[in-house]
Amino acid sequence: MPDATQTKKSPAKRKPRKAAPKKPAYLFEGPDWSFDTMNRTYAAIEEIALKELGLDIYPNQIEIISSEQMLDAYASTGMPLMYGHWSFGKSFLSEERLYRKGLRGLAYEIIINSSPCISYNMEDNTMATQTLVMAHAAFGHNHFFKNNHLFRMWTDAEGILDYLEYARTFIADCEERYGEREVERILDAAHALMPNGVFRYERPARPTLREERLRHRERLAQEEAEVNYLWERLQAKQRRKGAGRRPVEQVDPRSQIQMPEENVLFFLEQYSPILANWQREILRITRHIAQYFYPQRQTKVMNEGCATFCHYYIVNRLHEKGLITDGALFEILHQHTGVITQPDFDDPRFSGINPYALGFAMMSDIKRMALEPTEEDREYFPRIAGAGNWQDILKNVWANYRDESFIQQFLSPKVVRDFHMFSLQGEERSRYYTVNGIHDDRGFRTIRNTLARNHDLSVIEPDIQVVDVDFLGDRSLFLECHMSDGARLATRDRDSVLRHVETLWGFDVELDEIGASPGTGADVS
Amino acid sequence: MKNFIDRRLNPKDKSLGNRRRFLRRVRGQVKASVDDAIRNRKIADVDRGDKVGVPADGIREPRFRYEPGSGRVERVLPGNKQFGVGDRIRKPPQQGGGGAGKQGSNDGEGEDEFAFVLSREEFLDIFFEDLELPDLIKHTMKEMKTFKPRRAGYSVTGSPSNLAVTNTMKNAMGRRIALRRPSNAEVAALKEELFKLEKKSEPSAADRKRMKALREEIEEKNRRRAAIPYIDPLDVRFKMFDKEPQPNANAVMFCLMDVSASMGEREKDLAKRFFVLLHLFLTRRYDKIELVFIRHTHNAQEVDEDTFFHSRETGGTVVSTALEEMRKIIDARYPASDWNIYAAQASDGDNFPGDSDRCLAFMREAIMPLVQYFAYIEIIDEAEAEFLLSDETGVELWTTYKKLTADWGNFAMKRISRPADIYPVFRELFARNARESAHA
Repeated sequence: MPDATQTKKSPAKRKPRKAAPKKPAYLFEGPDWSFDTMNRTYAAIEEIALKELGLDIYPNQIEIISSEQMLDAYASTGMPLMYGHWSFGKSFLSEERLYRKGLRGLAYEIIINSSPCISYNMEDNTMATQTLVMAHAAFGHNHFFKNNHLFRMWTDAEGILDYLEYARTFIADCEERYGEREVERILDAAHALMPNGVFRYERPARPTLREERLRHRERLAQEEAEVNYLWERLQAKQRRKGAGRRPVEQVDPRSQIQMPEENVLFFLEQYSPILANWQREILRITRHIAQYFYPQRQTKVMNEGCATFCHYYIVNRLHEKGLITDGALFEILHQHTGVITQPDFDDPRFSGINPYALGFAMMSDIKRMALEPTEEDREYFPRIAGAGNWQDILKNVWANYRDESFIQQFLSPKVVRDFHMFSLQGEERSRYYTVNGIHDDRGFRTIRNTLARNHDLSVIEPDIQVVDVDFLGDRSLFLECHMSDGARLATRDRDSVLRHVETLWGFDVELDEIGASPGTGADVS
Repeated sequence: MKNFIDRRLNPKDKSLGNRRRFLRRVRGQVKASVDDAIRNRKIADVDRGDKVGVPADGIREPRFRYEPGSGRVERVLPGNKQFGVGDRIRKPPQQGGGGAGKQGSNDGEGEDEFAFVLSREEFLDIFFEDLELPDLIKHTMKEMKTFKPRRAGYSVTGSPSNLAVTNTMKNAMGRRIALRRPSNAEVAALKEELFKLEKKSEPSAADRKRMKALREEIEEKNRRRAAIPYIDPLDVRFKMFDKEPQPNANAVMFCLMDVSASMGEREKDLAKRFFVLLHLFLTRRYDKIELVFIRHTHNAQEVDEDTFFHSRETGGTVVSTALEEMRKIIDARYPASDWNIYAAQASDGDNFPGDSDRCLAFMREAIMPLVQYFAYIEIIDEAEAEFLLSDETGVELWTTYKKLTADWGNFAMKRISRPADIYPVFRELFARNARESAHA
């Protein structure tokens, strides 16, 4: 069979001949990708990322998925192993419809803060896009996840996939035992409280997955004796009282509970008088997941800025080294520009400050200040201006700040000018907004402070606290919400969430809005 | 440090479970829109999935959040063109609000709809739920087409389970012979000879020479054996299968309906469900189904679907005219030898006095021998349904048709007042078909 040997050999022969005359061989040419080109490109990116930028990353696991799978991943908040809930079905249906109608493209990638760091790349991407995506996600985001202090403090990259797996089996198990509806009732309530299910200031000891499983087993073992010890004690006390013997020390059960408590889900999990153990475990799961996502919500600008800055630097370096073609660079730059577009406030496309644009602009500006400082920079940022070592400065920034503090510290007058930013202020009763700062010397600080506040979760999200429980009376639960700037809660949502809290608490729940402005007409509904 | 994984072949539709949960939650509203679809679509299109809107109310995901625009608002916006400090800007009308710029956050009247697309399966599920079909039938009716795998020669690719062992071995043997791969026996014979020579205590010069030659030959043969594999990937053949669609004959479905004034919206809606169900059933069995609509008052005519369901006629009721029209069309276009003929008739039971006997005779002689199945439904009021319990009594057409049931197994009749009553009309038909296919 001479035929066979020939066909086998020929491609191997052809390759070196083709590569030989051109000295700086491109990593890839043309739009098609293969695992071979991906591997080569990854290696080239890695060289730049680790040696020149000095990034520090988790091992990467890059998975190629189809567009249907991307839609699936969208629906479950990007997590590969999410438990079942109708709300994920809802988001799937709406994403699918938008996508089919062509109203929205799919993301090029999704990345998960885990170790190994999993990123999903779409198979429809061209090789140029795959290059962009790898530089952006597998290096930019990955470095940020591994190094930012919020992620280091609050998330367990090593454990999250195992934990989600555990959560999914646990919830599926509950559905089998107690019925889908019963589980859904608890999950609905828990989801409504997820933003109020995080510890903001102090992280409790983190149990490992083994401990978690062990605890779960113990809980099941105790299934029968599921009464909360506080209530038990209370009843015992009342029994004693009934027998006519006055207790020596009347301990207020409240003294055993730390209140006020900002983590409502945690409070309900620990102290709700009516929940069964499996229900408490579900609250715990949703609370953990909320906590896992909490750093991402606080670092949108920084996270995307870091990834965008990295991919921009890396692909430009690839081009400078003659590793990618002009065409590939243009394609990447076209996408890059799309991502960092900031429409003006009066543009129909405007939907707030684009975190990619702001993050990228600020980080590029830090690099500029380090290398080519102006007089203004020396005045505002004496430590950065002309320092030269922009890689170190940026790495320090990525590690130690979140959006609010990053803006507060590093927003420069130049970025404010480039964006033509201006700040507004308006009382509810007034029919006008007043401009209180524009991109000049005087307005700069106002704009910086306001923008930082706009990115501060504790300002843009209501702060709900559990303040009291009427243990000896009708067991009402009292919540408090301190309103900043005289805002008030959206009535309809507030009432539905309170109903959910009642589901979990079992008795009346009251919410006090402190410092809320008296409602206008909207309050009546 | 890195790992590429190709997940494209992993199962998709991971969200199916969640989708199902979601649909369960909005069941009520979805049902309403499915009912609507049945009313408004053509019979042949009914089972197409489609966009459905449900009020967002039952599926809101509430959170504690600030009322947009409440309190003092402070914001930074990009793209300043002419404003200076102290300028006042009129707030945009309360809606998107000067606030958070999210749509759908307006409460009060803002009843935004949540729209999505139902798949065909989901649509049928809900439709069938209404008709109270048993699961087995739901399942078989949803199958689109059946294919039978048919052997279609051999190919060089395929799954291991389809490996054609004989052909593979045949090819291997041919190749081995052509390339003169030494066989086991050849080598064994040489080794044998060598062994014998080696055993000689005093080998002659010729022996030595022979031994050397033998050793070389054995080595050469072994080298050839190693170079020419026993089975090469080139030899491997797989059985190939073509998917062959099941041969299906054509069918024609006649829809007969009384459209005199006594048939109102409700009656027509029930009739339509009845026709839809028969059509769905037929789509499972036949590739091509033609629909013929015949409406009648005191005379009958063939019309298109839209006219059939939506226009009104006045006049008396003479059922036999419709049957005669049907026979005429059969003779002209659908010879019974080439077509499977199904007929469904819906009426409120009225007939012109004396015509019923004519109908009976005509059915016996001219219709029933030709058709596969004839289903008749009489649509009655829910109130009426309570005292019309016995099948024996009834208005004229009913008692007349009753006589047919004894003689013709393929004739079914039923009174219906609710959608759920429709299915039992077909029970017999399904049972019969299930038996038939079990035999086949």
